[in-house]
Amino acid sequence: MTDTPIAVEVNCETGEVTERPLTAEEITAQQEAAAEAAVRQAEAEATAQAEADAKLSAQAKLAALGLTTEEIAALSK
Amino acid sequence: MAYTLISSQTLASSAASVTFSSIPSTYKDLVLRVSARSDSAGTFTYHKITFNGSASGYSQTYIYGNGSTAGTGLTSANTEIDGYYIPRAGATASTFSSDEYYIPSYLVAQNKPLSANIIRENNTTAADIYAYAGLYSNTSTISSIAFVPNAGNYVTGSSFYLYGIN
Repeated sequence: MTDTPIAVEVNCETGEVTERPLTAEEITAQQEAAAEAAVRQAEAEATAQAEADAKLSAQAKLAALGLTTEEIAALSK
Repeated sequence: MAYTLISSQTLASSAASVTFSSIPSTYKDLVLRVSARSDSAGTFTYHKITFNGSASGYSQTYIYGNGSTAGTGLTSANTEIDGYYIPRAGATASTFSSDEYYIPSYLVAQNKPLSANIIRENNTTAADIYAYAGLYSNTSTISSIAFVPNAGNYVTGSSFYLYGIN
């Protein structure tokens, strides 16, 4: 049994399905892409968390000014 | 509008990529329906989608939401269309994404727009939905479409359907 990833190609004209192991270069590219994806995902999650934190902070400040929950919710729409 | 199944592939074993090649030039538009999951660690990753083996000229604008947060994003001059998101090993077991891509006028000698709706099912009360407007800035006829998970491999049972529209 091999752990080498497989590329699947479906020829739409003939219906033939070809499976081949990735080349060493393709495996390297796949690993690099995965590492890059991890960085991008972490950045995206950090951005989303910062936005959520800012929203909560703004809502708390509005509440401190005397706005009701309904009024704050209306501003968010 | 008539849908004709051109080809489909449901994986019997894991795969690093799925490519539809030699797409016939007998339709007006193309539709792809995909349900996929990656075997890599973590909770979600995304498809890297390319046309004709090209690694340039892609851009996309998207909106997303999951019931508690929402937002927008823009990617330009990219090497692929990024299809956010598909579950992976850390997500709820046996959950797959639910994707639809519409590619109008794939034979016309102009840049190729596309639209997409992708749902990252997680079998919980919250699931993500992404809606895309994408563009492949290339005037060539689209004759092949490749899907690659950005991390890991597509798991067994991931399915890919290509339809022609007339």
